[in-house]
Order: sequence, then C-alpha cells, then structure tokens
Amino acid sequence: MLKNRIIPCLDVKNGRVVKGINFVDLKDAGDPVEQAKIYSDGGADEICFLDITASNENRDIIYDVVEKTSKKCFVPLTVGGGIRSVEDINKLLNCGADKVSINTAAVENSKVVLDSSKKFGSQCIVVAIDAKKNGDSWEVFTHGGRNNSGIDALQYAKQMEKNGAGELLVTSMDRDGTQVGYDIDLMSKISSKVNIPIIASGGVGNLDHLVDGIKMGKASAVLAASIFHYGKHTVKEAKEYLDSKGIPVRI
Amino acid sequence: MNVIIVDYNSGNISSVINSFKKVAKDKVNITVTADLNKIKSTDKVVLPGQGSFKSCIDALNKINGLTDTLNEFAITNKKPLLGICVGLQMFADIGYEETETKGLGWIAGKVSKINNQNGKYKLPHIGWNQIDIVKDSKIFKDIKNNSHMYFVHSYEFIPEDKNVISATTDYSSNIVCSVEKENIFGTQFHPEKSDKLGLKIIDNFISL
Repeated sequence: MLKNRIIPCLDVKNGRVVKGINFVDLKDAGDPVEQAKIYSDGGADEICFLDITASNENRDIIYDVVEKTSKKCFVPLTVGGGIRSVEDINKLLNCGADKVSINTAAVENSKVVLDSSKKFGSQCIVVAIDAKKNGDSWEVFTHGGRNNSGIDALQYAKQMEKNGAGELLVTSMDRDGTQVGYDIDLMSKISSKVNIPIIASGGVGNLDHLVDGIKMGKASAVLAASIFHYGKHTVKEAKEYLDSKGIPVRI
Repeated sequence: MNVIIVDYNSGNISSVINSFKKVAKDKVNITVTADLNKIKSTDKVVLPGQGSFKSCIDALNKINGLTDTLNEFAITNKKPLLGICVGLQMFADIGYEETETKGLGWIAGKVSKINNQNGKYKLPHIGWNQIDIVKDSKIFKDIKNNSHMYFVHSYEFIPEDKNVISATTDYSSNIVCSVEKENIFGTQFHPEKSDKLGLKIIDNFISL
C-alpha cells in the first residue's frame, strides 16, 4: 500500500536555515545540510528546501547546499524558490535535487512547465500554487505571495496537470504561518479536480492538522515547517501519531 | 571491480551516482560514461532512466553503437546489469508511453500505463510503497519482505514470463517492481532514493 508522506521544509536564505531545529547536539544550527540529515535519519519521507535568498549575487549558494545534501541524504530532495528557467532546473538537478518546485515562473510562462517536464520527466516537476481565498474561490499569487495574478487556483491546477506537472504543492496563504491548520476546503477541492498527487502546505500547528490534511484534504503528502522546528515534534512522533489515527505511513 | 553507470542523457542521474559512490567507497570504481570500450571491459553496468520510455530509448539510440554494446554485455557475455526505473522498463520488447516504441527486447513483455481505475488512483505513483518479494533475488539479500521503497512512475512493466518477477507492489493492482533474469536485474523503484534499505540493494548488486 502506498504511504502518505511527511515532508519537512527548510527555509534557506543565503545558504543558511532561517528557522530550524534547535538541537543541542547540532554543531551548526544554521547549516541546512546538517538539518536535512537529521530529518532524513529521523524518517522524513522527503526533504524540501525553499530558497528565500533575495539578492541575485547570493543565488548560487543554493547549488552548493543541494550538492552537499545529496551526498548525505538518500531520500528525495525537492528544491524550490527563485527558479526562472529550464536552465535553472537543469542546474539544480545536476547538483543532486530530485525534484524542483516552480512557482512564479509557472504562472508567468507556462512553457517552463511544458518544456521542463518534457525534458526531465514529470516526476521531477512540482508546481507550487500559493492560493488566497477571495469570496468562494481562490486566486493564485506569485513572487512569494506579493503579487495577485488573478488566476483561479482550481483552473490553474488543472492546467498545470495538463502541462506536465507531476505533483502540486498547494499552500494556503491565508493559513501560512498561522498554525491553525491547512485550508481543508482548498486542498480537497484541488485534489478532487486533478489526478496527480497534491502536497498540502501552510498552517500546520499540531499533529491533528497533518491528519486532517490527509483525511479531509485528500492530500497524498503533508509539508510542514514550524512544527518540526525548535524540536516541538519530531518526524517520528508525527508518523506514530498518523499511524495511530489509521493513516498509512512508512515507519 | 569496476562498475559503470551509463550516462546517455536520460535525465537526472546525479542521485544514482551519489548513492553508488557512497556505497562503493574505495573498494569499487564507479565510472559514469557512455564510452563503448569502457563498457565492454567493465564488470558491471547500471542502466538508469528517467522521463519517458520513448525519450530514454531515443537517447540510447542517439549514441552510436551503445545498444549493441549493451546487448553484447548483458546478453552475449551475460555480465551483471541493473536497470533502474525506465532502465528496467527498457528491457521489454515494446513500450506505449507517448507512442509505440521498440524496447531492448531482453525480457519478453510490454510497458503500459498503470490502470488508475478511472481516477481512483493518482498517477504518477509517487512515494513509499512496500514490496512483496515473490522470489529469492540476489539483490534482496538481507532485505525483509514488505520493506518500503521509493517509487515514482506512471507506467508498469508486464513481462510474459512471470518467473522473472522478483517483487511486486500494490497500487491499483500488483505492479511488477523488480525482476531478475539470469544476470539481468531491474527495479521499478529507486534504490538510490530509498534510504538505507535502498543503499543495501545497491550494495548487494555491487557485491555480486
């Protein structure tokens, strides 16, 4: 039976983890490579890096981080943030990323998804959808949530599936950072609309939220950042909790 | 001992390279190449593959003499070869992804889309699934039945002779996820991304 995945996400800025696990035995708490290794040793099903480096001159640091991580972690590694072109994707994959997550570029130029899924295969193309509620529907935002594209999130999800995305990483901007739980309505509507797996993101504050994302949100995988930071919960605890609620996980 | 990972522009193979190098340490030489003479003289070959069946076959055929050299290595000389993901699928006679494409024809059978039962099962089949080991395979030494492996694919290999199947996995039906035919091995899952157990399978292949 296929298991639901738990994916810890690390925000990386200028090659350093912005929020991270606060473990005493960490030599360097800001080192994304060390943190990724802790997650994969702890049973994470995948690791996600979100590069939030703002300045262009520091953008290349992420390649070095990915290269070092891929030599130590042997679970899938997804990298997102700042990907503009097929060439950017090529570079990340060559450094050892297994998947890339494309956000703004997918909205601005749908050819990026078409071309990259043809070139590298759908299995490594994740389209990240940042969605914000507006009345009864959701709109897609770009540029780290700053710009409203005005595009309907459900239509967009369907379009990205057609363009060759292998998975959708759906983040509720209304919930992100609030710790009140995923936007279940958004997740389940998108999941029902497409035949590719969706990864739920944005708003996790406790382990029940992970359960809800899978059971009610119909997500194949759940992504979370802050509940794993500062040692609030380990990935192992999260998996045992999901298991106790009857959700199939890899233990 | 020399192991060659065939680099034929089949997409992203850096994880395969990293995992084999990690397992090999200093005891085995891992070379990444499509050089025909080097392939002829190596002890073992790894055939990765990402993207579509057609794109991988096209990429193989683009390199002059590569298919013949691999044939000679695996079929004539019967030296150990491991196919991963589409690398395994290419063992088949024929594949139906994008368009009907002739495979290597090493193991009789076809590669078709997983039956998703009208959307009941999402495709690609992505994530960790358990393998049901149905026959002793040398690459499963010390691997327990029902171990989790990492999958990502939408197409499945359906061999004619069921005796070549060494493991299956349950996703809408029993999907063939590992084969062994004499010196030819293949996994539909990605041992290079399957954590410690995946590395063990790589170790088993290297240690053959």
